[in-house]
Amino acid sequence: MSTLTADLNLTELRQGLLSRDISVLEAVEHASRRIQETEPLINALLHVNQEQALRQAEELDRQGPNPARTLWGIPVIIKDVLATKGLPTSCASKMLQDFIPFYDSEAVHRLKQAGAIILGKANMDEFAMGSSNENSAFGPSRNPWDLERVPGGSSGGPAASTAAGQTPFSLGTDTGGSIRQPAGFCGLVGLKPTYGRVSRFGLVAYGSSLDQIGPLTRTVEDAARVLRVIAGHDPKDSTSAPVEVPDYPARLAERPDLKGLTLGIPEEYWDAEGLSPEVNQGCTAALEAARGLGATTVPLSLPSSKYAIAAYYIIVMAEASSNLARYDGVRYGYRDREAKDLIEMYARSRSAGFGPEVQRRIILGTYVLSSGYYDAYYRKAAQVRRLIRDEYDQALRHCDVICAPVAPTSAFRLGEKTDDPLQMYLTDVFTNPLNLTGLPGLSLPCGLGEQTGMPIGIQLFAPAFAETRLLQIAWTLEQELPRLPRPSGLASR
Amino acid sequence: MSAFEAVIGLEVHAQLKTESKLFCACSTHFGEKPNTNTCPVCTGMPGALPVINKKAVEFAAKMALAMQCRINTRSVFARKNYFYPDLPKGYQISQYEAPLAENGCVSIVSGGSFREIRIIRIHMEDDAGKSIHSRHENLSYVDLNRTGVPLIEIVSGPDLRSAEEAVTYLKQLRSILMYLGICEGNMEEGNFRCDANVSLRPLGRERLGVRTELKNMNSFRHVHKALEYEIQRQEDLLSDSEPVIQETLLFDEDSGTTRSMRGKEEAHDYRYFPDPDLVPMELSREAIAGWTAELPELPPAKMLRFQEAYGLPEYDAGLLTAERDLADYFEATVALGPPPKVVSNWIMTDLLREIREKDLVLSRCAFTPERFASLLKLIDSGKISSKTGKQIFPELLLQDLDPGTYVQEKGYVQISDDSELTRILEEVLEENPKELAAYKAGKKKLLSFFMGQVMKKTKGQANPKLVNEKLQELLK
Repeated sequence: MSTLTADLNLTELRQGLLSRDISVLEAVEHASRRIQETEPLINALLHVNQEQALRQAEELDRQGPNPARTLWGIPVIIKDVLATKGLPTSCASKMLQDFIPFYDSEAVHRLKQAGAIILGKANMDEFAMGSSNENSAFGPSRNPWDLERVPGGSSGGPAASTAAGQTPFSLGTDTGGSIRQPAGFCGLVGLKPTYGRVSRFGLVAYGSSLDQIGPLTRTVEDAARVLRVIAGHDPKDSTSAPVEVPDYPARLAERPDLKGLTLGIPEEYWDAEGLSPEVNQGCTAALEAARGLGATTVPLSLPSSKYAIAAYYIIVMAEASSNLARYDGVRYGYRDREAKDLIEMYARSRSAGFGPEVQRRIILGTYVLSSGYYDAYYRKAAQVRRLIRDEYDQALRHCDVICAPVAPTSAFRLGEKTDDPLQMYLTDVFTNPLNLTGLPGLSLPCGLGEQTGMPIGIQLFAPAFAETRLLQIAWTLEQELPRLPRPSGLASR
Repeated sequence: MSAFEAVIGLEVHAQLKTESKLFCACSTHFGEKPNTNTCPVCTGMPGALPVINKKAVEFAAKMALAMQCRINTRSVFARKNYFYPDLPKGYQISQYEAPLAENGCVSIVSGGSFREIRIIRIHMEDDAGKSIHSRHENLSYVDLNRTGVPLIEIVSGPDLRSAEEAVTYLKQLRSILMYLGICEGNMEEGNFRCDANVSLRPLGRERLGVRTELKNMNSFRHVHKALEYEIQRQEDLLSDSEPVIQETLLFDEDSGTTRSMRGKEEAHDYRYFPDPDLVPMELSREAIAGWTAELPELPPAKMLRFQEAYGLPEYDAGLLTAERDLADYFEATVALGPPPKVVSNWIMTDLLREIREKDLVLSRCAFTPERFASLLKLIDSGKISSKTGKQIFPELLLQDLDPGTYVQEKGYVQISDDSELTRILEEVLEENPKELAAYKAGKKKLLSFFMGQVMKKTKGQANPKLVNEKLQELLK
């Protein structure tokens, strides 16, 4: 018999709900209580949809359990970058503070179809631009493992929320590591699917060629369940792939061990300057566990990786400068009412509506696309991207998955890197390259750091649309890795 | 004779007549209430994504094929970034480095001979909305109904040499677009628009002079006027050894002059880059072959065929083939028997005059080719006079009438029966013995008197040709 606790995972809650040991109303009320307890400490949410969620819970209880709906009665938190019909969608920006979409993003629509209950919208770095959640216009979110530390970013709110046990899972987005890095910082499983695996319709665009939606969960099995729901072709997104969606959860147990599998160990990650000893130690231990399960490891080299961060920031800022042009104060969003003419209205609305990091990226992105600079920056970056993609594809012919630490360090302190944008950008050094390739990646918690006591994450990369392989290997490995205790920052809660 | 030669290139924007917009399912219907044909995609809502309209691609490709362009089997949509209130996304989705089609040509008749005008490229893009400025309220409004309507831009080479030639080329493009049934072709309504690049160079020189760009020309007449004015303006400058400044000029229809559009609006850096929301557009050889096979006979070919098959003069053939509806109407009528030149004369004079004066649409008139042919047959057989035919033509065109029944009912039928006419003539001669005697005495002018009497007696319905012949015979 299941009882409601803060560390109940999706699969457990689902069993409890389907067996009616737990009513949907109880689950939603429990989640709401947990939000009330933890929000003053972690500031993970920007909007709580409590009333509507409770009504939906009562309705589902009346209808009775439906096992065909994978997420029946499960409360979920959505990163505020995903459009939710009738619910505020601010992207943690003053620009969209009062914006309420009249459409659902496709991923949210699919969650609802599967029976999930949208309980709230999560904090994030403004327009998903950041690695610590400190760029939110509505205050930073904090790491449940240590309230003085960041939860990572840009999906810092979803990660903090799920780690704090507000709901069993949350939906985030990953443009340069924004699911995997906060999942790693908060001791969660974070999955960035293959580009094109999940429809981007209704995902407020930051870097359109890099953005991808994925779950943050407590277990690999939970990630498999959510992916099964949100993946699949959507005619509303031209970049979504018409590739069949396997039954990920059903196929998890096909690999009881890792015999015969080869893990690629890229020196550019493992020998990187700035890789902290505790991260190295934690991730090395995870490799050891994998070998114990029968896997072999092979060293490999991905030499173009060193150009990845430069190429990534050029491309993402170029795309952002264009994607964010629509926030002009004309049709919706923040408008300066004092402006005397059109140009002034644009300038004042955008200067006041966007935070400093968003403005920095728009200006840099505008610069790299400008006439006379396009070839030197954007075109060159696109060529480097091609090179990196080829290199990763090539490497994955010699191994089944590539393994790397999620980030050079565990979660850093609030304010530690805010004065130096470049230092902040470098925290993405291990996650950026994957988005340039479009390949899927999964971050898996592999223990707590010896120095900081903070969670350490290892990530696995697989070939395009090989999420089944990724999840299977992670699921098998997960059994051998240390189970994390409850987050220490909320010990008394 | 001027010492300078004008060099003109045109950029034509044609709205494609698809049911829905280029990147969303909204209707393209014109004249709806402002901001009703809209959705998250075309209003640039956060998170909305574009999906290409396949019909628009087909239409654009057909125009490219009609212009004998090479179609790129892989073309790329690019964002053209600029801020304007009627551009909701902050960028237009266009094509830049890899357009839909390149390297075509179209032939026009200029100064009595054929000229080949090169087509540099044809690309697809989405239209912007409309800003409405109210001086009265000191407010501006934006209507996004037009936002996202598909456009093609057709860029000519710098091959046109005069205002007349430019207008001829424009009319040829419009005619082809309408033959293909892909554009309404109405310049006043803005679904067929053009900008012009103009420069002058000394006769015989290869190198191009400094050019200006002309905008805001909303009719063929404006295009002609603006180009004439600009060519003269540049010639005056060059003749005085003054430089032409490269700039964008707006045509002012009230004064008939061009004025500079200086300032920020002109200094655009569009920062084109491939649109990451749209995968490169791949067109299969099979699709292109299919569209090629579906192309109708186009004006230049049809014009030649009309000259050869129907023995029509070039002028007639050109006029009849300028619009597909008219050419079809001509052929359908001729197929029913009447001589081609007769049909052509009627079309070029009476038909086109009535259509223009009364602003009619031929295909919506009840006056079918069958009825047209039957009218011509009534005239040819002498049942009615040619004059009667011309008189009743406007009525027949406007109303749902069968010509045969109509002339019968209205009593327009001529008396052509030989014995009947002989009887009437004999009566007239009998009733006018004095005039008959005078005629026989040599007063031949009295022939018209007898003619008049016959007409009077028959209320004008006697066949004048036959009356004339018969009278001369009887009076011998």
